[in-house]
Amino acid sequence: MRMTVDDQQLAAAAANGDAEAFSALLGRHYDRVFGLAFRMTGQRAEAEDLTQDICAALPDKMAHYQPSARFSTWLYRVVVNAAHDRRRRAATHTKAASGWGDWEVDRQAAIADTNSQLDWLTRAMQALPDDLRDTLALILDDVTHADAAEILGISPGTVSWRVSEAKKHLRALKEQEDAS
Amino acid sequence: MSDPFDDLDDLKDAMRAATPAPDAARKAENIALAEKNFATRQETAAQVRFTSDRPKQGFFRGVFSMFKAISTRQALTASTALVAIGLFVYLPALQQPADVLTPPHPEPTIVDSIAGTLEADSRVRVQAEGEAEEMLVAPMEAPVMAEVADMAAPTGQLSGAAPSPSLLARPAATAKLERRSLIAPPPPPGYADDTQVRIEPDTEAFAEAEPNPLKITTEEPVSTFSIDVDTASYAILRSSLNNGQLPNAEQVRIEEMVNYFPYDYATPSDGAPFSTRATVIATPWNPETRLVHIALQGEKPALDERPPLNLVFLIDTSGSMDAPNKLPLLKQSFQLMLAQLRPEDKVAIVAYAGSAGQVLEPTQASERATIMAALDRLDAGGSTAGQEGLQQAYSTAEAMSEDGDVSRIILATDGDFNVGIYDPDELKDFIAKKRETGTYLSVLGFGRGNLDDATMQALAQNGNGQAAYIDTLSEAQKTLVDQLGGALFPIANDVKIQVEFNPAQIAEYRLIGYETRALKREDFNNDRIDAGEIGAGHAVTAIYEVTPVGSPARLSDPLRYQPAEVAATSEEYGFLRLRYKRPGEDTSNLIETPILPGGEATPDMQFATAIAGFGQLLQNSPYLGDWSYTQAIDLANGAKGDDAFGYRSQAVQLMRLADSLSQ
Repeated sequence: MRMTVDDQQLAAAAANGDAEAFSALLGRHYDRVFGLAFRMTGQRAEAEDLTQDICAALPDKMAHYQPSARFSTWLYRVVVNAAHDRRRRAATHTKAASGWGDWEVDRQAAIADTNSQLDWLTRAMQALPDDLRDTLALILDDVTHADAAEILGISPGTVSWRVSEAKKHLRALKEQEDAS
Repeated sequence: MSDPFDDLDDLKDAMRAATPAPDAARKAENIALAEKNFATRQETAAQVRFTSDRPKQGFFRGVFSMFKAISTRQALTASTALVAIGLFVYLPALQQPADVLTPPHPEPTIVDSIAGTLEADSRVRVQAEGEAEEMLVAPMEAPVMAEVADMAAPTGQLSGAAPSPSLLARPAATAKLERRSLIAPPPPPGYADDTQVRIEPDTEAFAEAEPNPLKITTEEPVSTFSIDVDTASYAILRSSLNNGQLPNAEQVRIEEMVNYFPYDYATPSDGAPFSTRATVIATPWNPETRLVHIALQGEKPALDERPPLNLVFLIDTSGSMDAPNKLPLLKQSFQLMLAQLRPEDKVAIVAYAGSAGQVLEPTQASERATIMAALDRLDAGGSTAGQEGLQQAYSTAEAMSEDGDVSRIILATDGDFNVGIYDPDELKDFIAKKRETGTYLSVLGFGRGNLDDATMQALAQNGNGQAAYIDTLSEAQKTLVDQLGGALFPIANDVKIQVEFNPAQIAEYRLIGYETRALKREDFNNDRIDAGEIGAGHAVTAIYEVTPVGSPARLSDPLRYQPAEVAATSEEYGFLRLRYKRPGEDTSNLIETPILPGGEATPDMQFATAIAGFGQLLQNSPYLGDWSYTQAIDLANGAKGDDAFGYRSQAVQLMRLADSLSQ
């Protein structure tokens, strides 16, 4: 049975061109990919677009998958890299678009967000610098510090430092609110 | 009260609750897309890239362009302003406030100081609303802040505490600080006060290059690089430091810091266009190593004898240039420069935004009023069509040039060339081809937040020119008036330096800076390989740190299976070779000098060393040991010399600032 096969086996099969394995794998992980994309971007519409980027390029990436890597770690790395890529590209586009066109699109999506879940945490996350937010997004997804280090391509020490730094940021924000 | 952040469990739950489920329709589409691509790949195995997110054309776009057009002319009536506030209050929030509100690497001190300016939050909110009208003057930069301030306080999930507006109001304070720079009317001279606190959305790009590693002489005795007379890095890190942020490591290019300062090296006497000196001096940060200080000083031809000049100003008038420290500063800078031109020089202006266009036909510099009027007519608006502008500028320059003239395009921009050639490599090729026509290209960067330093570098390096960053009118004065000769009149092209170290004397060496300028060993003698230019009066400094054989500072162990010592054949530390071409010539000339131990450091050399040390401190270089800002400041202070323009005092100020910020 397909669904009882573990991720690694599926991934290895997909890397060898097994379309069924690829579909099964993607179906299994789509929501996690989207979840992480959302945490890293802080915006639903952005997260949808980012997930689309990832889906479009995943077949190519899949071909280079090494069975030695844990699939979830590998996939997270794909997401993180795609998010960085997208941020970089957004940088070049900001001016071309002047942002206006996007704002309307984003506005619609975010009105929906505001009603339901644009809560303290989401805004606090948005206030974090990119590197801290990326790290925290992974840690809050129950990724271990060691895995996060591998995904982000930094040392485990740096992960721990960033997490404590992110906590410090959040705590400071919270204290400011409590104080006033 | 318990700390909700200690174990992150609350945070995890909150995060889980906050993460929305993916849109079902999009999910199906995306999975279908992936499956389709997977199938295609099996057939073609072709490389797919991430799809580009083209800017979407929204319904509101036209409305906003209209408001922007009106507001930039400061002609909004109160009622229009109210409507506009309504719009700003909603829309911009969604444009990733995170990017807008956080500086690229925020230091806690900045956050604190901004928060510290807050008074009662309700007051701030009222102020923010009251100021919204004024903020419209520059709606591109400020609206997000007004909006966030106005957001109703939603319910919090953490510890049940409702977030008070103070978090929300904080950005409004930022907006207040920002306002000073945004609403400034056409700036008076010197307006761009270095002490402004300015936090802008950051989409900057910098060339990534690791600091040069230590080289072992027996393995790699030859080091080759191109000279560099750019100064942009220093001005950029100055603006970062003055904004209260330590620059990122990739913003620090030590050679550009060192070469920012004028030095009084000995002028050439032997008919070469520049003098060449190599001096071995003590290393301030390591008593066991030595520095090899290489100094080139360009001749200063009498300015009356200079050939006529054809200048094409290629000016970015895209929407983002609409800030006081961009287009208005640019106009003023060029006005300063116009005063330096001679009547027989010619000036043309090409503007690029949306579509490129010639704004001013080639005009004699004596017709200053015409040129000024054309400059004044420039208005920011539209997106950037860099390449088209560049093509037009090159064809204008080619049409203007007569025999014996020097033609130069001066590109002034705040950032990227994002319409047309995307690929920096392609852009480089284009410019490299145009370089053959003899037209020089200089790049002036304006404003922060969008600066594409990497592209600027690539353009100037490949276009036989110089990249400088202009953040204040005094910087414009330095680049375009005081050092106009160097900026406009090349005296030597393709200047390459090659140093061969003597393994009998030097165990290890390290070139400080010039990472983006490395050349291959064989490129040195290849006259077709491009390298840096020296302008009239330019001084160029390069510094190696060398570890003499037998020094306890040696970092690498001698090899066991190879001869440990090379027989000493000479006292020389190394041999300096330098190649250059005179402007208009295709074959290079060679200059050779041995590097001899036992030199005496002049104040100029000491100052250059202090700046090189400063740069390495900013890069957290591992080679400095305990050497700190304090010592760098002492060294620089003791070597200030005349410092007629105060550049060196300013550097000491920056070192002190960096010292405090790094604590």
